[in-house]
Amino acid sequence: MTNPSPAEHTGDELTDTESLSQPRRELLALAAEVFKEFHPKPGTLHDLPQLTVEPEDMAQVCRLAKEDPRLAVKQLLCLACVDHQEYFELVYILHSLDPEWILAVKTSVPYDAPRLPSVTSVWRAAEWYEQEAHDLFGVTFDGHPNLKPLLLYEGFEGYPGRRDFPFHEYQEF
Amino acid sequence: MADASSETIRSGEPIEMLLNMGPQHPSTHGVFRMVLWVDGEKIVDLEPHIGYLHRGSEKLCEGEQYHQVITLFDRMDYISNFNNELVYCQAVEKLMGLTVPERAEYVRVILCELNRIISHLLYVAAIGLDAGAMTPSLICFRARERVQTVFEAVSGARMMHNYFRVGGLKEDLPENFEDMIGELLPLLRDDVEESDKLLTFNEIFLARMKDVGTISADDALDYGLTGPCLRACGIDYDVRKAEPYSVYDRFDFDIPIGLDGDCWDRHYVRMQEMYESLRIIEQALAQMPSGPVTSSLGRRLIRPPRGDVYVRAENPRGEIGVYLVSDGTDKPYRVKVRPPSFCNLSALKHMVKGAWLADAVVILGSLDIVLGEVDR
Repeated sequence: MTNPSPAEHTGDELTDTESLSQPRRELLALAAEVFKEFHPKPGTLHDLPQLTVEPEDMAQVCRLAKEDPRLAVKQLLCLACVDHQEYFELVYILHSLDPEWILAVKTSVPYDAPRLPSVTSVWRAAEWYEQEAHDLFGVTFDGHPNLKPLLLYEGFEGYPGRRDFPFHEYQEF
Repeated sequence: MADASSETIRSGEPIEMLLNMGPQHPSTHGVFRMVLWVDGEKIVDLEPHIGYLHRGSEKLCEGEQYHQVITLFDRMDYISNFNNELVYCQAVEKLMGLTVPERAEYVRVILCELNRIISHLLYVAAIGLDAGAMTPSLICFRARERVQTVFEAVSGARMMHNYFRVGGLKEDLPENFEDMIGELLPLLRDDVEESDKLLTFNEIFLARMKDVGTISADDALDYGLTGPCLRACGIDYDVRKAEPYSVYDRFDFDIPIGLDGDCWDRHYVRMQEMYESLRIIEQALAQMPSGPVTSSLGRRLIRPPRGDVYVRAENPRGEIGVYLVSDGTDKPYRVKVRPPSFCNLSALKHMVKGAWLADAVVILGSLDIVLGEVDR
């Protein structure tokens, strides 16, 4: 019942960009350069390059990522929302095709006022991702055209993605 | 329908009608509902309604131990179970820094590619029925049954296998696996070829599929399309080539692409992918070494170190991504799945606008969605 031996990574190691492969480290440096007006914090998402920005800059960062020819991000692959109990962390996975790479951009919003600008004007894929995050976590995306329930039904109470949502209790439909 | 008096109808003014389709409708491939605004036979607008199958899978993952989560992944995309199990296992393995024994990697690739073929065969069966062809579905289901018999011999279940483990497999292949698959592959190839011949270049099928539901490459990227739907637009992107996982870098295979991004191109890409999968399986069988199939981990309870990881893989429907957060306990802190069907379906609205009502069914069929994965 012990933690097996191959696991030598710890949480502290994650801020160390030395663990990235050479092309990914270069990508991280390039992305940090492109976004420098937003003061991004470089890091790693395990083996992927990662930048942390302020939530209010998110839409501008995404627009710049798409429009800057040095990055030319083509797709928003994933938008993950994580409930860390004191704050919500949002992880945007950006994807470029030529050269092929993915980059993680993270931001956090406070638990009691989870708001940030929507990126739907940059990628239409964000529309459903954001609706889902709003459904399950109650994060509000300013500028989203239509934040009505997507996976849940109208009138559902509570945010079932959150950690404090009861596991095995059911609401009558 | 707006209160259209006989005068308005006779005057020829356009009248919009609201048409509800689903959630219980044979051509919606599950419990999917769409509300269509139609003007005569032309679709003016569409509003998709999903969530009928929302079981909170991601939340349920937080309440299960790492190995129990595999069963939940089986039930997300229930047509390609092995592929789903693989991506989750890879996420945990990456987080723990585990190396999987070589034999296990080969077995995983063989099973995943077989699963890709039977998943595409189900698509062929369904699109045939949507477009009005009955026979291919009979051939495809016969072929699926043969493969599922092999899956049953390997894992004990025809679907929902729960066969992959973090660090390897549940157990080694049965002794007669080579005989079984040796018998299966020629039959499978025949069935794929037969359904291909019946459908792909059939004149009526071409008329139903060609230049229907076209989406440009830029729009496809904008909507986050992946897999055959993106490759049909001429974009040569497949995770197996772009960032080879498992042992995919050891095989020689091609990535079929389309030209126009219409329904027929999506069909064609899937058809060709089945032949490529057969090539991969043949190579994998030839290269497969003997040896252990489980890592040193055995069946112990696992507690990955704190941290997060994002892993992607090529599912039959497109790119699946798993974002996994561990807090160092025996249960995952957060599991976020990027389901390919979810993104592919979000582009439906764009594709059907301006199409004929009868084409909406074909366009939806050509996206090949699985609602278990869309709703989670």
